[in-house]
Amino acid sequence: MANEQITREEVEHVASLAKLALTDAEADMFTDHLGKIFDIVTTLAEVDTENVKPTYSVTEMQTVLRDDVAVNAQQSEALLNNAPEHQGTLIKVPAILNGGAEG
Amino acid sequence: MDFLHTDIEKLHEQLVNKEITSVDLVKETLANIEQTDAKYDAFLATMSEKALAEAAAIDEAGIDPDNVLSGIPYGIKDNLITKDVTTTAASKILQDFKPIYDATVVSRLREQGAVGVGKLNMDEFAMGSTTETSYYKQTKNAWDQTKVPGGSSGGSAVSVAAGQVPFALGTDTGGSIRQPAAFNGIVGMKPTYGRVSRWGVIAFASSLDQVGVFTRRVKDNATVLAAMAGHDDNDQTSSDQAVPDFAAHLDGDIAGLKIAVPTEYFAAGVDEGVKATVRAGIDKLRELGATVDEVSLPHTKYGVAAYYILASAEASSNLQRFDGIRYSTRPENVKSLEDLYVQTRTQGFGDEVKRRIMLGTYSLSAGSYDAFFKKAAQVRTLMNDDFQKVFADYDLIAAPTAPNVAYDFGANQDDPEVTYMNDVLTIPVNMAGLPGMSVPAGFVDGLPVGMQLIANRYQEETIYRAAYAYEQATRLFEKVPGGKD
Amino acid sequence: MAVPNFETTIGLEVHVELKTNSKAMSPSPVQYGSKPNANTNVIDWGYPGVLPQANKGAIEYGMMASLALNADITRDLHWDRKNYFYPDNPKAYQITQQQQPIGRHGWLEIEFEGQKKRVGITELHVEEDAGKNTHGTDGYSYVDLNRQGTPLIEIVGAPDISSPDEAYAYLEALRQAIQFTGISDVKMEEGSMRVDANISIRPVGSSEYGTKVELKNLNSFNYVRKALAFEENRHAKIYMSGGTIKQQTRRFDEATGETVLMRVKETADDYRYFPEPDLTPIHVTDDWIDEVKAKLPETAKARKARYVDELGLEVYDSEVLTQTLAMANFFDETVSFGADPKRTANYLMGDVNAFLNEQQADLEETPLTPAHLADMIKLIDDGTISTKMAKKVFKAITKGDDPVEFVEKNGLKQLSDPAVLTPMIDEVLDNNEQSIIDFHNGKDRAVGFLVGQIMKQTKGSANPAVVNKLLMAGLQARKPE
Repeated sequence: MANEQITREEVEHVASLAKLALTDAEADMFTDHLGKIFDIVTTLAEVDTENVKPTYSVTEMQTVLRDDVAVNAQQSEALLNNAPEHQGTLIKVPAILNGGAEG
Repeated sequence: MDFLHTDIEKLHEQLVNKEITSVDLVKETLANIEQTDAKYDAFLATMSEKALAEAAAIDEAGIDPDNVLSGIPYGIKDNLITKDVTTTAASKILQDFKPIYDATVVSRLREQGAVGVGKLNMDEFAMGSTTETSYYKQTKNAWDQTKVPGGSSGGSAVSVAAGQVPFALGTDTGGSIRQPAAFNGIVGMKPTYGRVSRWGVIAFASSLDQVGVFTRRVKDNATVLAAMAGHDDNDQTSSDQAVPDFAAHLDGDIAGLKIAVPTEYFAAGVDEGVKATVRAGIDKLRELGATVDEVSLPHTKYGVAAYYILASAEASSNLQRFDGIRYSTRPENVKSLEDLYVQTRTQGFGDEVKRRIMLGTYSLSAGSYDAFFKKAAQVRTLMNDDFQKVFADYDLIAAPTAPNVAYDFGANQDDPEVTYMNDVLTIPVNMAGLPGMSVPAGFVDGLPVGMQLIANRYQEETIYRAAYAYEQATRLFEKVPGGKD
Repeated sequence: MAVPNFETTIGLEVHVELKTNSKAMSPSPVQYGSKPNANTNVIDWGYPGVLPQANKGAIEYGMMASLALNADITRDLHWDRKNYFYPDNPKAYQITQQQQPIGRHGWLEIEFEGQKKRVGITELHVEEDAGKNTHGTDGYSYVDLNRQGTPLIEIVGAPDISSPDEAYAYLEALRQAIQFTGISDVKMEEGSMRVDANISIRPVGSSEYGTKVELKNLNSFNYVRKALAFEENRHAKIYMSGGTIKQQTRRFDEATGETVLMRVKETADDYRYFPEPDLTPIHVTDDWIDEVKAKLPETAKARKARYVDELGLEVYDSEVLTQTLAMANFFDETVSFGADPKRTANYLMGDVNAFLNEQQADLEETPLTPAHLADMIKLIDDGTISTKMAKKVFKAITKGDDPVEFVEKNGLKQLSDPAVLTPMIDEVLDNNEQSIIDFHNGKDRAVGFLVGQIMKQTKGSANPAVVNKLLMAGLQARKPE
């Protein structure tokens, strides 16, 4: 567990990953706030978790799967009407430029 | 209609006996909200047209005498999706969002005849414990309007405590039902994770979120939960365990019930008045025939840290869909796709949400995943183990719900870590997916104190039985806010 | 083709779109050619409050692919989220199997220049496909979410391939193996099979790999081969002139046959993977695997063996017939209607293939049916039509005509009745005394001439076998004293 606090650069980096813009004042404020939260969070380092399995979910349900049956919800018109901009039945967005974060 | 002194069973009787129609009941409810909400700011919006239409249909079909919820109005936390009714999760980013489907809880209650009358204020995306992070308004505590209502389901708790609705739905990710219930002196139940479908719940933290119920009375609470619980194909994590009739066996008898009291829940940081009130409550349970022992839940103090990592990590991912492309509004004059993303999110989210998104994003990043996200998930395992050790020998855990009573607005504005520590007693229940309730236990300085009852997974019945016995013995529900009665 | 003094390392990552009825995480139909966004619902749009609903079919298809590629099926699975913003990715995360891929440690046998080689398959993931963006010239892009959520299998090949030609052979083998499971159309041109390639080269004998370059926009097996060959040479030139390769992504330009830089990777992408909390873990039991195995159609390998051992086909023929599932299925069906296997094989490899090439069409898109082909072959075998007449009939059945009706309607029936033929033959013999003499003097050519005369008389409809037999009898009867 990192003992040092989060840096302003790290705050700016995670903000950009999360598509958030920060003013200088906000960057300072969030660095301060996140630093304080890190004070709590870093206490986890005290806990011995050697060989402890992580718990990511507490549902005891297993292998719940839907049968492969197609249902068209006939929602596309309502969905398109809810879109801020659409053309025909396509959703309109500002031009996607090269170098997008394609996965 | 006086919901402060009339429980759902009584309302049902009046409806069945035609002393009142469902339409009149809904009309009165809406009028009362109109009149009182300037004082509480509990509601973000009412749904009069829809509610009146539903009530009229129920009147026409006739009140179902076997269905206690038939024609009963209720309030809905605004992170629960309601078809054709603006649903914002108290965020600016969803200010114009009109859903085209209903949350499972909403459609199940409608099938039972319950009539949703309005959307209730909350912390933005349920992130907060004071309802102060709402983009829209500041809900006030039902008992003292200079105090916070608690949160995140502050609007839901106040609407019930102030008698605006007979019951309300909330969600609880780290205490968001139990803590505002405690702050407003009412009953708030967070069921077992998986007991209630999350379909149509605007996700905060998927592995922790659960829908629950606010009522003034224990039996009402049991009735509503039974009506909406049970497996839903739309939520593959929802449990297929049979749902008992929670209200059926409330007879006030808790002789032989084995209650555990965790030492850590009475540690430093918990207000002395709160401790004393809850101790007295536990003594009452003993008087009623329960046995009480002190136990230890040693990892309690790490709960807040582990919770904030896990909940924020999941939230950072859950909230990525708010990108301005498919619903709600877009900022004007965006220059590029990147600009659309950044402007939509920067303008649309409040500071608390941004803070958690950043913490969560950091926790999942390649360099910090093991030390943050995975470590927190391992601590979660240890917290579960703590509970399972206790439940091997005990039926129920009793403890304070919150370390303090309702406090002033703005008290912790610049100290997120202080606010976060307020959740220390409620978080462990979510981490382990257990059912937990806050039941009114008394007052400190005129403000309500809640006692938390926690059971093992799917043992909601045990909680309801104990809470009902306690409620009948203390009759604290007779004390109502505002009135000297 | 390898570059002298260097050895090449290639790893291929192949995405295959699955032909399930519904999407991986929503009940919306998987269907091509619909109006944009017609096959979408609130889940596909990533609406607030929705939850994914994992499709059993997608998991089973993943198991089938794992079995077909000799991979171990992972028994305890869970889904993961891969986070990134993009307009065709509505939730801004893709549900995939990062930590527990459905299959691991598989392999595929390829044959190249007579040598057999096993190429490793590191893992197979079931995941969601993205929607489709189209780029307008008006400063906007347009998003269609019909494809969003279609199940994919990502097949991560081991870096075991050492030349562009081997890569080609691997892709052929992979396409065949997947196609014969029936889980995907595996068509590059339709996007149901997509290939990304990683390539590096290093001096022969070097123990460390060279810097890896990722290639995208490879729209056919041929382009994959060309792009890899181009890269091989480009790397070698750079290394030999003392340069270094930067880790980067390049795309293949079909017009120039060259690769073009897309972006240099300074840092690894940070997708912030974590286990998907909205879905349950999946446990795969032995029984479930057996059930899926039972649903798996016959593999190409098994079919080849059956064609040779049971139907008596040549090995080469069996290989040609199993190149595509459509061809193999067509063959099996035609034979099941009673057509002779050898003649069916010859037709499929000859006339049918020529027809498909000419039409630039796939077998299943044409009006030709196994029933019609079988009926035509039976007409040949029972002597109703000649192979020559069959040319006309074949043309008709490629247009969907019924061969029996067609033959009837056009009077294409072969003349085989001796009662009709004998008088005609007698007449021809009467008019060609010299040919009879030539025949008896050992001049075989005379027979050909006489047959020709008879064919002329019958306008080509005489059954050559019957004519031959009757003619010989007539000739013998007229032996000169």
